[in-house]
Amino acid sequence: MKYVDEFRDPQKAQGLLKDIHRLSQAVIDRRAASQKEQPIKLMEVCGGHTHAIFKYGLEAILPDAIELIHGPGCPVCVMPKGRLDDAIAIAEHPDVIFTTFGDAMRVPGSQKSLLQARAEGADIRMVYSPLDALQIARETPEKSVVFFAIGFETTAPSTALTVLQAAAERVENFSLFANHVLVIPALLALLQNPDLQLDGFLAPGHVSTVIGTVPYQFIADQYHKPVVVSGFEPLDILQSIWMALRQLATGRRQVENQYSRLAQPAGNPVGLKAINQVFEVRPEFAWRGLGMIPQSGLKLRADYARFDAELQFSLPNLTVPDHRACQCGEILKGALKPWQCKVFGTACRPETPIGACMVSSEGACAAYYRYGRHSAATQVPVAPGRQ
Amino acid sequence: MTTQHPLFQTLQQSRRRGQLQDAAVALAHGSGGKAMRDLIDDIFVASFDNPVLAQLEDQASLSLAALTAQGDRLALTTDSYVVDPLFFPGGDIGELAVNGTVNDLAVSGAKPLYLTCSVILEEGLSMETLRRVAISMKTAAIAASVNIVTGDTKVVERGSADKLFINTAGIGVIRQGVEMSAHNLQAGDCVLVNGALGNHGAAILIARGELALSTSLESDSQPLNGLVEAILAVCPQIRAMRDATRGGLAAVVNEFALASAVGVRLYESSIPIQEEVKGVCEILGLDPLYLANEGKLVVVAPRSQADLVLSAMKSHPMGSEASMIGEVTSAPSGVVTLQTAFGAERVIDLLVGEQFPRIC
Repeated sequence: MKYVDEFRDPQKAQGLLKDIHRLSQAVIDRRAASQKEQPIKLMEVCGGHTHAIFKYGLEAILPDAIELIHGPGCPVCVMPKGRLDDAIAIAEHPDVIFTTFGDAMRVPGSQKSLLQARAEGADIRMVYSPLDALQIARETPEKSVVFFAIGFETTAPSTALTVLQAAAERVENFSLFANHVLVIPALLALLQNPDLQLDGFLAPGHVSTVIGTVPYQFIADQYHKPVVVSGFEPLDILQSIWMALRQLATGRRQVENQYSRLAQPAGNPVGLKAINQVFEVRPEFAWRGLGMIPQSGLKLRADYARFDAELQFSLPNLTVPDHRACQCGEILKGALKPWQCKVFGTACRPETPIGACMVSSEGACAAYYRYGRHSAATQVPVAPGRQ
Repeated sequence: MTTQHPLFQTLQQSRRRGQLQDAAVALAHGSGGKAMRDLIDDIFVASFDNPVLAQLEDQASLSLAALTAQGDRLALTTDSYVVDPLFFPGGDIGELAVNGTVNDLAVSGAKPLYLTCSVILEEGLSMETLRRVAISMKTAAIAASVNIVTGDTKVVERGSADKLFINTAGIGVIRQGVEMSAHNLQAGDCVLVNGALGNHGAAILIARGELALSTSLESDSQPLNGLVEAILAVCPQIRAMRDATRGGLAAVVNEFALASAVGVRLYESSIPIQEEVKGVCEILGLDPLYLANEGKLVVVAPRSQADLVLSAMKSHPMGSEASMIGEVTSAPSGVVTLQTAFGAERVIDLLVGEQFPRIC
């Protein structure tokens, strides 16, 4: 495939890997004697990165000194049970056609998932874009069509533009159940955690095409950690690791942009304007595994309240605590590896996920279970903490 | 020999041949009366056109001696076809209903001989559609050298079924000495496929029209019995064979690994996948290893015979793009791994449920 294969060239990867080995040694060499045994911990923030890292088996070819921490950037995974329960309550309303992206179908609420609700008779339809949901609304004026709006800043502009389109056309039977979340407040919450031990971040490329690279600046300035905005192909990720190591090896702490072919420093002003026009920031929003994070979710502004499903339907609106045995929070902070969780692979499996990280294939635990189960199971006892 | 008055002949014909006038299937066509008889005669008997079916008995009567002459065991299989849409690029439900059952028989080493055809029709289905499907079944049956020898027709009320469902069962005869089973894999064996994977699954996704993507992708629906015969001719000791339908290559290889308690290592760079299938998968976040096929065969052969099998596959029209894609290992038991182009290995597990597109 043109413009894809170029970013998957194993030979170019070999060249980068050689440099990555050299640089990681240089980073270790700079450290105090007591710190030399510690791995270099880099967090890839986005679930898309995690997915690619496992799909191409990148962890296995990186030097042992580098440990990748799989961050909280899977929007499906971080959706708390209470919100899922609300979504299902809306979907089970007899007059509702509930529309959703495919990968939200299997996320468990406290009782069931959307997939189970559909099997029980709810009219739940998979769409590929919020505009598909709007089209269903136009075609079925007798039904109330609700779109399950999830995702980070990546998907928020398309949701916002759909609301603007619905408003312009005066489509009365279309609404949103808004669950968009923001990446910067989540990173801030992680950085404020005293347990966190990270040397640097690979920032999410697709989010950055919308928000730009400037919002990460505080990470370099206040928390003194390198940030590299990274694409999603294997060479993107390897190059981003190489860039982060180069900063660490020379003592620089900056926001660098590896994904410059798509992400601009100022992001996408049109998309940001649409988000801002339609949405406002909630005072706080619950994240599965991470708890309440201030200023981390979006809701519809009062001007667009008529499109707000939260106001149209009476919802259980309960806060459902995460499962006691689940250690997603520790995994997302990099304090635990997926297989170190008590329920990993036993009670918590892709078919019966307990925690956020097992839900979507982008979640760290699901990725380990699916792509790394064999190597984790056989190699972990030999070298704890390494895959 | 008596000569009949022409009028008498015409009368008799009009009683036998229904001269179906209706444009759409109605409940009456399943009621057991004249309307049903007309439908069966004019659509199925006329299309399938063979002497066993033309007897119009409730069962087909088959010569045992003819069967035993061709092998020493019977293979019996059944499958139901509910594909939506009924017609898609590269095929339709009728062709699928023949090829799918033929292939299920063929991969046991059987020579497929007879098929049944039961249809469940939704009231309102156009006769033209039904006729097209029946003719397509006949064309597929000719291509696969099988006969459709008995069948059943049911009509359900509008909304109780989606347009047209087909069940076909099939009988074949397994050649003497052929012993293929998912339990037979041994470390060192080689894994082969007969061509590019994922085309049917991708073509169906596109044909549903929800994606507004336009491609030239076509389903790979084809009968595999000829290819199986060619393979067994050069290597009767084939360990296992299966057609990679739902769940794709990943499902078949996982079943093999579990049943034989061996590992299977696949090589990403050797697995044939067309550029367009890769593109659809990239856009939707799907994995082509899990996409359905309707004319693809996974073969496990002893290493010493693998090259022979590969060249036999390549010289058959249904295996011209055949490739050796992996090997059987003694461990880890029951696990399929994929060696990526980067030299790393990842586990190819069974899917939990349907494959859903990823959000970003």
